[in-house]
Amino acid sequence: MVKDVLLSVQDLKKYFSTSSGKLHAVDGVTFDIKRGTTLGVVGESGCGKSTLGRVILHLIPRTSGEIIFEEEDISDVSSKRLHELRRYMQIIFQDPFSSLDPRQTVSNIIGEPLSIHKMVRNSEDYIKRVREVMDIVGLARRLENSYPHELDGGRRQRIGIGRALMLNPKFIVCDEPVSALDVSIQAQILNLMQDLQKERQLTYMFITHNLAVVKHISNEIIVMYLGMIVEKAETKELFQNQYHPYTKALISAIPRIKTEKRQERIILKGEITSPINPPDACRFANRCVYAQEKCFCCAPKAEEVTPKHIVACHYAKEINGLN
Amino acid sequence: MESSLLKIKNLSVEYTVNKYTAKAVNNLYLEIGHGECVGLVGETGAGKTTSALGIMRLIPDPPGKIISGVIEFEGENLLEVSEKKMRSIRGSMISMIFQDPMTSLNPIMRVGDQIMETILLHENISKVEAAVKAQRMLEMVGIPAERYNEYPHQFSGGMKQRVVIACALVCNPKLLIADEPTTALDVTIQAQVLELIKKLKVEFNTAMLMITHDLGVVRDICDKVNVMYAGSIVESGTVEQVFDYPQHPYTQGLFKSIPDLDTDSERLEPILGMMPDPGNLPQGCAFAPRCSKSIEKCRTERPDIIQLDDGHFVSCFLFSTEEE
Repeated sequence: MVKDVLLSVQDLKKYFSTSSGKLHAVDGVTFDIKRGTTLGVVGESGCGKSTLGRVILHLIPRTSGEIIFEEEDISDVSSKRLHELRRYMQIIFQDPFSSLDPRQTVSNIIGEPLSIHKMVRNSEDYIKRVREVMDIVGLARRLENSYPHELDGGRRQRIGIGRALMLNPKFIVCDEPVSALDVSIQAQILNLMQDLQKERQLTYMFITHNLAVVKHISNEIIVMYLGMIVEKAETKELFQNQYHPYTKALISAIPRIKTEKRQERIILKGEITSPINPPDACRFANRCVYAQEKCFCCAPKAEEVTPKHIVACHYAKEINGLN
Repeated sequence: MESSLLKIKNLSVEYTVNKYTAKAVNNLYLEIGHGECVGLVGETGAGKTTSALGIMRLIPDPPGKIISGVIEFEGENLLEVSEKKMRSIRGSMISMIFQDPMTSLNPIMRVGDQIMETILLHENISKVEAAVKAQRMLEMVGIPAERYNEYPHQFSGGMKQRVVIACALVCNPKLLIADEPTTALDVTIQAQVLELIKKLKVEFNTAMLMITHDLGVVRDICDKVNVMYAGSIVESGTVEQVFDYPQHPYTQGLFKSIPDLDTDSERLEPILGMMPDPGNLPQGCAFAPRCSKSIEKCRTERPDIIQLDDGHFVSCFLFSTEEE
């Protein structure tokens, strides 16, 4: 059972110092990801989902908390070990327009990890490996010597995926990988990512604000609000039963394509509040229709409301009629 | 049928840079009735924004050029009116909301004054009266009038978009063109703005052209919808007709490629290939190279627009009658 978990995060925190105080970008996040599965992370802009992904990969140093990768505590690894670990942990970025070096050719971008990690002996081997990956992600050979600006968004995102796959990683943080793409291209990339996962037993942490995409690709989902997890459940369960008032509003707010499924939309008052020096209270309280006195004076703890369904709300049971 | 508010016939727009000519809009037909909300959907580069700018006569020339067509607004061809007249139409008769509320407001001007500017430009009233009207408009879009003297940077994204909407509607235009008005916003904020647009649409009885790539938004607020591909409308009809019975292979493909919250699909069915290069459009139907149902004729001839049902049009040879 324990062996099944690839990545485990315990009470992870990241505070940024700003002139007006501490910005709580990620504030006490705990979760596990099982090998070969996808964890979806959803939330609106500013909820800390991208920061979370970057802190896990040590692209931004954490403030406190533990990160355990394959039973190894990597919270404070040496830079030498981190360099080795990078082979197993990769990231795909949102914007395929700004995340690729404009002065490098496609084959150089995809092959760069090989030279950094000294994984090839000679240039023939290098070209061979690059071509293999290009085939896998569906990039035509003739594009080898093209530059990113010559390609469209879908192809560029394939380069980003190819680069991340080059070293045969175990874990990939996908930070909004399809948000910048058109729907017909988005579907191509999502299918590619699913195929790769099946073939290579990849584990994804899929960060997005698009609930339809996350529902399609994830096994489990965490919903974040101002740096905290407000709800966590398996995908099917979450879309059937939302217990946190924020999740309820979020899911009801999505414009549906099918009318018969249209439900009463919950319109939230106000907007996301400032994450700088937040008080010890439920961070959603000032937008919540169910908020009571208690919500404004102490922060709710994440609790298991029904098996494997975790909610951080004082009144989760009451408002949902659960015991 | 009563006469429509806006009627676009055979509009073609090209952009020429050096020797490269991109055919952004090709033989576009579009109609909007009084008080109607019409959606224009399509992917990046389909020509949605260019069509909208064409209506406003705001296409930068050079490089852009309207090659042919008629844009009839209340019976008058907008492509023939003088620039002076056009300026008086913009903002008072037809106004436009742009995608990015962060950049469409003047950062060094108080938000109230920005709304007032529109009023003073089009209405012959005093500054004091205009300010009162601007305040009333702010309240209407859900912003307290006390915030009249604040600057855009003091507002959040959703609030800025409300200000932009206020600017656009303050002169009670007959047509509002909204170019991806909620794309830059978060879902819960998008829901607020969509509710607001719905409410104001009824109050002002404004016709609307809603440009978006989000099919959910169209279903939510539009009466009719036009699906655009490579500069032309491939399918149009009421929202029910197009969403429940899509006919054009592109529209069908579009629906299949979107992950939907209400259906569980293991795999998406993407449309194969890419959008054609607007500088080098296929000779026949622009969608033919990606279409699984294409026939010989599709590659050589452009399909006409065919009426399937009352008000449901499709531009595809699969539906042409055999008698020809």
